[in-house]
Amino acid sequence: MDIKAYIALSVALFTIGVIGVLIRRNAIIIFMCVELMLNAVNLLLVAFSKMHAMSAVAKASATFASDAQIFVFFIMVVAAAEVSVGLAIIVMMYRNVHTIDVNFLNRLKN
Amino acid sequence: MNNILQFVWLIPVLPLIGFLINGLGRKQLSKSLSGMIGSVVILISFILSVLVFNQVRTGNAATIHFFDFIQLKTLKIAFDFKIDQLSALFLMIITGIGFLIHVYSTAYMHDEEGKDFAKYFAYLNLFVFSMLLLVMGGNYVIMFIGWEGVGLCSYLLIGYWFKNEAYTDAAKKAFIMNRIGDLGFLLALFWLISKIGTVEYNQVFDAANLAKLSSTDISGITLLMFVGATGKSAQIPLYTWLPDAMAGPTPVSALIHAATMVTAGIYMIARSNALFSLAPFTMNVITVIGLATALLAASIAIKQNDIKKVLAYSTVSQLGFMFIALGTGNYVAAVFHVVTHAFFKALMFLGSGSVIHAMGGEQDIRKMGGLHKHMKITSITFLIGCLAIAGIPGFSGFFSKDAILAGAYGHNPILFGAVLFAALLTAFYMFRLYFITFTGSFRGTHDQEHHLHESPAAMTMPLIVLAILSIVGGYIGVPEALGGNDALASYLSPVVKSTIHHLTHNTEYMLMGISSTLIVISIGLAWSLYRKYSVPPANTGFGKILENKWYMDELYQMIIINPLKWIAAFFNNILEIKLIDGTVNGVGKFVNYSSRQLRWLQSGQVGAYILLMVIGMLLLFFIQLFL
Repeated sequence: MDIKAYIALSVALFTIGVIGVLIRRNAIIIFMCVELMLNAVNLLLVAFSKMHAMSAVAKASATFASDAQIFVFFIMVVAAAEVSVGLAIIVMMYRNVHTIDVNFLNRLKN
Repeated sequence: MNNILQFVWLIPVLPLIGFLINGLGRKQLSKSLSGMIGSVVILISFILSVLVFNQVRTGNAATIHFFDFIQLKTLKIAFDFKIDQLSALFLMIITGIGFLIHVYSTAYMHDEEGKDFAKYFAYLNLFVFSMLLLVMGGNYVIMFIGWEGVGLCSYLLIGYWFKNEAYTDAAKKAFIMNRIGDLGFLLALFWLISKIGTVEYNQVFDAANLAKLSSTDISGITLLMFVGATGKSAQIPLYTWLPDAMAGPTPVSALIHAATMVTAGIYMIARSNALFSLAPFTMNVITVIGLATALLAASIAIKQNDIKKVLAYSTVSQLGFMFIALGTGNYVAAVFHVVTHAFFKALMFLGSGSVIHAMGGEQDIRKMGGLHKHMKITSITFLIGCLAIAGIPGFSGFFSKDAILAGAYGHNPILFGAVLFAALLTAFYMFRLYFITFTGSFRGTHDQEHHLHESPAAMTMPLIVLAILSIVGGYIGVPEALGGNDALASYLSPVVKSTIHHLTHNTEYMLMGISSTLIVISIGLAWSLYRKYSVPPANTGFGKILENKWYMDELYQMIIINPLKWIAAFFNNILEIKLIDGTVNGVGKFVNYSSRQLRWLQSGQVGAYILLMVIGMLLLFFIQLFL
């Protein structure tokens, strides 16, 4: 398939993720949007890796074709770690403010 | 002494040391000690000056180099003293009359507190030091150092009783007018330096004579120097400070504003006679201004009622005479008149101080009268001074004034007539002053009459010495027409060359006869009018104009001071407050405003921060893409 479709999908997903982070008030939903952004990037990486799999550079090097796909694994690991830490922070936040509405996080005001 | 010139540096340094001792130790020294220190240093300087004069008289002039004052690639100004006939003469006058005035001051100022007394002598010594620097300098820059110094000391001494605001105003006026003249002198210096790169006297005169300076250069430089002289020597338009300077103690008026400081302008022009003789336009300007000043001041003096103001206007008028002499090329006569005027004017100022002392501080002659029988020495010496200034034959003033008149006649007979008229006015107002003060009946209060007494010896001795000098001082310049050999002219001839027309002896006799007769008539007129003086009603008409000094001070106030005040107010209110302060305060206000607006960024809302982060990232992304 045309690479453009993959790029379009990825950009769309990323944009939705960004807007979601900016607009949503529920902290857990924000986390889901962050995951969405990361996965959009993953999609793009895999698509590009498949696109260049049959090029001359890929034939010359042993790992070039699968470099990006390995990178995806790294991103997933990071996402998982980040989720665990982030959920812990949300639990702490609930214990202090008794809500997970991020608009209440204004103690840095003035 | 073989070569006194190696000690010549002591002459100014001794008064400087006196200044330092009296100035720094004023709270510790007793009054008699500080008076003695102040007087003795001047006495030693005087003795040294006489020895220098003796040496120079036999033709041993010299320039003594001390050190290089300014040393640039193109400009070299050395600190040297030029000891020649002209400066040796002035040295004696300054230190001699200075010493007499110091002695007089020990008695006149004895009412002052100890530290003020010492301060007075410190300032007087500093003045003598500056004046000596002025006349001994070997180039115009050293002269200018002394020039500024005497201006400063004049300010300090006029404002000596500084708690009186009118006196400090007078001191400021003197200093500011002096400074206006000094600007002219400075510009002349700069012009000289830019054209020939030197300010040393001989080099300047040689350059002028060898036509290295164009005639416009010489005219401009001499005119600017004359502007400096008008400020220092109180000529039109910068003379109004001198009558106001009478606010200072009387010995100060005698020393500074009669005998020495005001003669600095004449000294400067006499010293530069080589330059001035090459600038006929400037000479005409000098003559005109000298004549105008002489007549103006003499006319004002006729109607003044303060004893010191009459003498002040008399000084301005006599300085006008000296400038007339300079303008007609009669440099020797001008220097001669400086010498004789120093004697009789200092005498009369000190005499007036004696009168003021006896009257308990009163200076209004309308309240005096008949003082002769209470203060014989003061009265007789004052009379001698009056006779000298009037120009009665036999007294010193006769010879010097006659020399000026003869030179004026040789230049232009009409000028002679005008100068003679000024001389007649001089005799008239001076004898008016004498008769009103010393003859007739006493018009003051009863208490003042009881207080009248002759002054102590410290005050009368200088009077007697100066009276003797006022009589015999003229014999240094007896003209050939009367059988003398004009010793002064031949003495000064190596450095001062007059450019006058010589008159025949018969013409001179005629001039002397006319002037003497008319002067005697003028004195007689004063005698008949003022011998039995009673206070007349208020002046009206022309008399009122004269009494109010031709409203010159008011004129200056209107055309110079008020515009300056408007300009200053404009600069203050509009430029300073609105513009500059507005800008500076505006920056502050802007910072304040923007900080208040920017504060809204710190909402504390995490969401806002994330939005800003995203925007920033987008910006960076696009910048990286397109730039």
